[in-house]
Amino acid sequence: MTSTALSPDRPATSRRPVRTGRPLTRVSGLGFGVAMMWFSLLVLIPLAAVVVTASAGGWSTFWQAVTNEQTAAAIELTVGTAFAVTLVNIVMGTMIAWVLVRDRFFGKRALEILIDVPFALPTIVAGLVLLSLYGRNSPLGVDIANTRPAVFLAFLFVTLPFVVRTVQPVLAELERDVEEAAMSLGASRFTVFRRIILPSLTPAIAAGAALSFARGVSEYGSLVLLSGNLPMKTEVTSVRILSSIENDNLDSAAAVATILLLISFVVIVLLDVIQRRMVRRG
Amino acid sequence: MASHPATRTRRGPVAYLVRLLVIVYLFLLVAWPVYLVGKNTFADGMDNINGILEDPDIVHAISLTVQVAIIAVIINTLFGVGISLLLVRYDFRGKRLLSAMLDMPLSVSPIVVGLALVLVYGGRTGWFGPALEGMGFQVIFATPGIVLATVFVALPLVIREVVPVLEEVGEEQEQAARSLGANAWQTFRRITLPSIKWGVVYGVVLSLARSLGEFGAVKVVSGNVLGETRTATLVVEEKYLNFDKGGAYATAFLLALVAVACIIIVSVIRPKEDR
Repeated sequence: MTSTALSPDRPATSRRPVRTGRPLTRVSGLGFGVAMMWFSLLVLIPLAAVVVTASAGGWSTFWQAVTNEQTAAAIELTVGTAFAVTLVNIVMGTMIAWVLVRDRFFGKRALEILIDVPFALPTIVAGLVLLSLYGRNSPLGVDIANTRPAVFLAFLFVTLPFVVRTVQPVLAELERDVEEAAMSLGASRFTVFRRIILPSLTPAIAAGAALSFARGVSEYGSLVLLSGNLPMKTEVTSVRILSSIENDNLDSAAAVATILLLISFVVIVLLDVIQRRMVRRG
Repeated sequence: MASHPATRTRRGPVAYLVRLLVIVYLFLLVAWPVYLVGKNTFADGMDNINGILEDPDIVHAISLTVQVAIIAVIINTLFGVGISLLLVRYDFRGKRLLSAMLDMPLSVSPIVVGLALVLVYGGRTGWFGPALEGMGFQVIFATPGIVLATVFVALPLVIREVVPVLEEVGEEQEQAARSLGANAWQTFRRITLPSIKWGVVYGVVLSLARSLGEFGAVKVVSGNVLGETRTATLVVEEKYLNFDKGGAYATAFLLALVAVACIIIVSVIRPKEDR
């Protein structure tokens, strides 16, 4: 979301209905039918078409498309970078959330807005934005355009809000009494953080990390201008799929796209599991 | 909960260090780069902005982007409010699966979104495309395709805002209205809608920002024809790659301006009690 997908002040846990409601009536049943038809035409059938097209040629064709040297390099770069970026986000995102909730200083409100900028900024603009500080005419003298660090930087930018926005509301809800009790019993700040705060934040951090990983793996727009899309070097999976589409090789595009869909599916299942665990605890 | 004093008065050196680290990180990653785009745009005064506003093709691209975004937001608002009501107030089989599937567009690569739509609605080899074109309705490489791609990527935003509000307000008032003889429409318009109003507004603003800025999915389905199906985000890429950096910066600046305005609007009108 991309996009300001996560609402800042709300735990990701409570957003989905768990309790049951009324059975469908005639009017609501009709509405349900219309909504499902639209959802199917827009999302379900097209996504199914990707998987069907990928499997139409049989396993060997699929495997050939995915293990093609250039494609494999792209998948490796994408997954590896997304993973590394997620690790950074786990540390930095938790710190940012901590500062936003517990710290108080002039200009904190501006930081709040900065966190959401990567959500709302069009990805192509995000690329241009990063290029103006880390490109050829960099005022810092750091030119990483068309290199692998540029891919890392772009992922870092677009995934910035996820861990912050999932951890922040949970941190805000934490009771301070337990921490104060621990400190009065002689626990150091570090011990309080490790033994009391961190365990309560872990599910939220995990959820944010999963979202950030999924977003990184699927990123495209911010890389167009920044990474140069050099085959075997800075080409990510989405770019690889696009060049297959442009060469009218839809079968191989669908094969690689299926890998990405698989990753997003795993992330969604993971999130659902994490959220159910959080609900049970809460 | 969060309304208790934000910190103890006593702060360790680590707290200051973390604060400094966070500020420097956000400054280098977000604030400075975004500032530079503004600075580059106005490096020659208003020339860059005037340059794009005088180019009829760019004006067309911007107006196409705005039109598509408005249509997409309307569709997603109607669908989003409807499906949120169904998810929260009704019970049916597969509810949990549907709820998970509705988040799918957030984690699918925009390129895959474009590919998926081409595979189904493509005019030559798509599942439904040839039949639709037989009826004179072109989807891919035309405006309907751009609308579909935009609706797809922004689909969950209204739902994610409205569902928690609906859960919070509960349904006692709705039940009361119904027991007093209000029909479904009256209940919705007089009771439900006013109580979820702000959730819908945030959802609409966020969807608008997302819809104006979609790039990858639109690039695949639009065909990117100058003066016809080229949108504002595609102009940024085209201008930059053709060494018209001024034009690229100016268009990017306009898009960034709308995006940042949307965030500020949401952050100002969102109720503060949770902070």
